[in-house]
Amino acid sequence: MAPFALIDILGKPATYSIYLLIGFAFGAVLEMAGFADSRRLAAQFYLRNMTVLKVMFGAIVTAMVLLFLASGLGLLDMGRVWVNPTYLVPGIVGGLLMGVGFILGGFCPGTSIVALANLKIDGLFFFLGVSAGVVLFGETVGLYEGFYHSTPMGRFTLSEWLGIPEGWVVLLVVLMALFMFWGAEKLEGIYGERGEPARASGRRFPPRLAGAAALVVLALVVLGIGQPTSAEQWERIAPRKQPLLDERRVQIHPAELVDLARNDQVRLLLLDLRDESDFNVFHLVDSRRVTLEEVRDGLPALGLLSAPANTVTVLISNGEERATDAWKLLATSGVLNVYILEGGINNWLDVYGHPEHDAICPEGEASGGTARIEAFAHRFEHALGSAQPSADPDALAERAIEFTPKVELQIRKKLGGGCG
Amino acid sequence: MSARANSREYLNPYLAGALLGVVLFLAFFTTGNGLGASGGIARILVSVEDRLVPEHVDRTPHLLAMAGGDTNPLDNWIVFVTIGALLGGFASGLLHGRIRTETQKGPRISSGSRWFFAFLGGLVMGYGARLARGCTSGQALSGGAVLSVGSWAFMFAVFGGGYALAWFVRRLWT
Repeated sequence: MAPFALIDILGKPATYSIYLLIGFAFGAVLEMAGFADSRRLAAQFYLRNMTVLKVMFGAIVTAMVLLFLASGLGLLDMGRVWVNPTYLVPGIVGGLLMGVGFILGGFCPGTSIVALANLKIDGLFFFLGVSAGVVLFGETVGLYEGFYHSTPMGRFTLSEWLGIPEGWVVLLVVLMALFMFWGAEKLEGIYGERGEPARASGRRFPPRLAGAAALVVLALVVLGIGQPTSAEQWERIAPRKQPLLDERRVQIHPAELVDLARNDQVRLLLLDLRDESDFNVFHLVDSRRVTLEEVRDGLPALGLLSAPANTVTVLISNGEERATDAWKLLATSGVLNVYILEGGINNWLDVYGHPEHDAICPEGEASGGTARIEAFAHRFEHALGSAQPSADPDALAERAIEFTPKVELQIRKKLGGGCG
Repeated sequence: MSARANSREYLNPYLAGALLGVVLFLAFFTTGNGLGASGGIARILVSVEDRLVPEHVDRTPHLLAMAGGDTNPLDNWIVFVTIGALLGGFASGLLHGRIRTETQKGPRISSGSRWFFAFLGGLVMGYGARLARGCTSGQALSGGAVLSVGSWAFMFAVFGGGYALAWFVRRLWT
């Protein structure tokens, strides 16, 4: 399913050739739209020639509709499509600066490259300016590093922000764009350049109207077919992922967790899926309580997709049931290095439990490798949470216990990477 | 017959937009990445810097991320998209007879003034693009199509900034 890990499939030379081709088409279209001419670009800001707006928003809505259509049809995994992480305030400030640069200089970086290629001297000067600005940034950002990294919101889409399904956002954006196009036509009529060649408008069914109708229809289709649910997404990857669960390759022994906790190379993230009451009685030190709903719906908030590459996430429940459900959710979202605590807390306490605290179930009966009991099977005198002696992996390290290591750190192949 | 000397039959803007959108979609579909330009420029520059002053690159965090140590900043998709854009822009210009050494400017200023402001505008824009972590191609087009909140906010800021200043610098263009 698209997108593809091209470097793995085709190797670097072929992959980079594809990018070259994409860039080629990009530059060619920009030139064909007339964007090597700074006057045409600047005219946007005097309402005379709205080509910039038409091309930009035209491109955005066209691509957007096609992307979500492909995703809805199961052809494209939006989860693996690069979405620029949002850094709200630096983005806005940078954008304002770019607006200033645009009207002063008459280009943007991409169009200046096209202008340069067409021997426009003003394009050359602009490009040199961009280069100087880029270098200047590299040298000065250190002075306000905090600001540069402020207001991070991670991978954050309009759909998540507004709390409405993508299909509706797509439709709304299409309608907004069409409204802007209509407004643009009106403004050009009032302020427009007289030199623009008149377009033949004698046809019965103007192509622009046809295009607009097509966009709306496609947006409605996108809305209608919807985006894949997590269950459907799991179905798609189950052939690859279910064996990992069945062959017990992602369930790690408590002793391995202890080992991971001591490993400086690994950033260990413990997510506890249990009920609050169980959590309050006993939970591992530094573990964080989350619900399945949060894992399903609140993935950006958990920050797992933008976590450092050496993050290993261990899912914990009393047995393994909830942890396995969460594991499937994270697998469909493309989060790497996710494991399940084998046998859950019940097993943890069988292995590490302090004899004074184990009450209900004698050792070995509550859990074992294929624990199915989701109820908390150990009894404690007091609900001490992580203050229990057996809750701290660091403290348990001296008790050397054999285990079969299963964690293999997989580095996310940088499919995306944005402009950085 | 058009008053202009050269053939300036540019594409219908909506058609150009649709075409660009298809290119953008195909980029995302095939590779998972959209388009970009400022990032490519940044990486090419830092690779030059790395040859001239490698110790400096290794000591500056922002540059280190791209070119620190043995890391090759050119080994990145965006560099190739940027180079491709240069070639594609050239090819299209060649095909349409629009390659001409010239300075395009408003009627009231000199070429020298235009060059100065082009450089100044580029300077501000280059700086802003890195601050925003992308330019109109990388943030507005690509991020916009995938509905990134930051990208949409960025895009409105760009238009806002441009319109806000436009009247004050109208001598440049009108």
